[in-house]
Amino acid sequence: MAILDEKVKKQVKEEFKKLKEPVKLIVFSQEVECAYCKETRELLSELAELGELILLEVYDFEKAKEKVERYKIERIPAIVVLAGEEDFGFRYYGVPSGYEFSTLLNVIIMASKRESGLNLKVKEELKKIQNQLELKIFVIPTCPHCPKAAISASRFAFENRNLKVSIIEASEYPYLAQRYGVMGTPKVVINEMMGFEGALPEPLFIQHLLHAQEHLLEKPGMPVGRA
Amino acid sequence: MGSGNGAEQNKHLEGKKMLQIYDLMILGGGAAGLSAGVYSARKLLKTCIIAKEIGGQVLLTSGVENYMGFEFISGPELIQKFEDQLNQFPIEQILGERVERLTRQGEKFLAITEQGKEVLAKSVVVATGKRSRELGATGEKGFAGRGVSYCATCDGPFFKDMPVAVIGGGNSAFETAMDMLKLCPVVYLVNIMDKWQADEILQERVLSDPKLKPMLKSKVKEIKGDDKVRSMVVETKQGDKELEVKGVFVEVGMIPNSEFAKGFLELNSQGEIIVDCHCRTSVAGVFGAGDVTTVPEKQIIISAGEGAKAVLSAYRWLIANQKI
Repeated sequence: MAILDEKVKKQVKEEFKKLKEPVKLIVFSQEVECAYCKETRELLSELAELGELILLEVYDFEKAKEKVERYKIERIPAIVVLAGEEDFGFRYYGVPSGYEFSTLLNVIIMASKRESGLNLKVKEELKKIQNQLELKIFVIPTCPHCPKAAISASRFAFENRNLKVSIIEASEYPYLAQRYGVMGTPKVVINEMMGFEGALPEPLFIQHLLHAQEHLLEKPGMPVGRA
Repeated sequence: MGSGNGAEQNKHLEGKKMLQIYDLMILGGGAAGLSAGVYSARKLLKTCIIAKEIGGQVLLTSGVENYMGFEFISGPELIQKFEDQLNQFPIEQILGERVERLTRQGEKFLAITEQGKEVLAKSVVVATGKRSRELGATGEKGFAGRGVSYCATCDGPFFKDMPVAVIGGGNSAFETAMDMLKLCPVVYLVNIMDKWQADEILQERVLSDPKLKPMLKSKVKEIKGDDKVRSMVVETKQGDKELEVKGVFVEVGMIPNSEFAKGFLELNSQGEIIVDCHCRTSVAGVFGAGDVTTVPEKQIIISAGEGAKAVLSAYRWLIANQKI
């Protein structure tokens, strides 16, 4: 049975009129599919059929070692979005359902346009991030604030390749939610060490990244705050 | 957790004084404020937007089916479109901060933000909307995001198999209680009033669940814990009761974000800014739009329209008074 109904398909097709260049979606699943793997694979297959510029590749997490290593995939289901062949550091762990479906659409369109869509001031600020920062954004599909945090982070990653972004569906990975003390979403964790909760406006979000970078330079390897 | 609590989290950000004089400053980043921004930019007014967050209450709307041009769109998607449209224009944006005070300074208006930024403008559109009401209980603020939640759909799943409390007696409190009953062994429903305000059908469904512990005429006094919420003290007719809860979901309605305008603009008894049909407030040169005002019907399309109308009124006022 199809995951996307006709009404949603119509809307997605409308949105996909904005696609300009090819986008590759890579799904990591496995032969005996995990709890949400089948759903993720099917959803992405349906999505790929709705836009001519969308290419889909599906790999087995256990067998496709080279791909798993290349894209540094840590768990499944995982989605990688490439702008053509270019990896801009975006990973989605879990099924992008509910509000998070719009996050994925947004990232696909951004990657296809090859443009982050950020305003000039924000782009200038982002240039100040010159160290590698890894962001984990914990989301849940029923959280209306989550796409804002996830989309902002994805746009930052597209603009500045020092940033890597993993969107994690917290209810599918409760052990991660527990490890990072997630009691509300969205929650952003920067380099395993510090973080904040809530969907901040982009300029403030960047200030947190700059703050994290500053502390990393001062005390590399030292935890700087409650994650 | 919901949207960011900027001030607490951003103490490392230094406040800067902004000494430019804008033709128009727009306070608020919801449907009314964003629409006002686009209209102001298209009138070539030198504009500054000050907003705690972009999106406001629209972000909390799961599905919108009555905003023209979209058969169906989620609130966050609609706001993303508003924001992208606004970002086409060169408008100064001060985000993540509330305005703490709005006053007159000579012939201009001065807004001071919570981080001490000062913005001067010849005219103002106030579109600061409404926010979730807080309980005012001891410990509430400190435990926000660590057990106290104002967005059950954002945080609810993290309290699976734990005892929780929902505070409030209206439809949103009952809807939250209904969701939490699916996940939790005990749900206290605490209302300060002597009866429930929710629709009968909701009351029937929720109150008949044996896991639901209703508490009328009860007031939350304190929320206690260490790094997380552990209990809650409730004042009842029989004296104070300490209940073991891990989550406290606050659903006690909305209040207008108009505190900064008290004593400067005329407000009604609910704290809404009184406006006329041209969005004029009690002070010439200051206009109001959207849910923070007395305009009837709180709808996205109405707020967006009011934002546009307020800017057009401000534009006419600026010209008539030879300010531009």
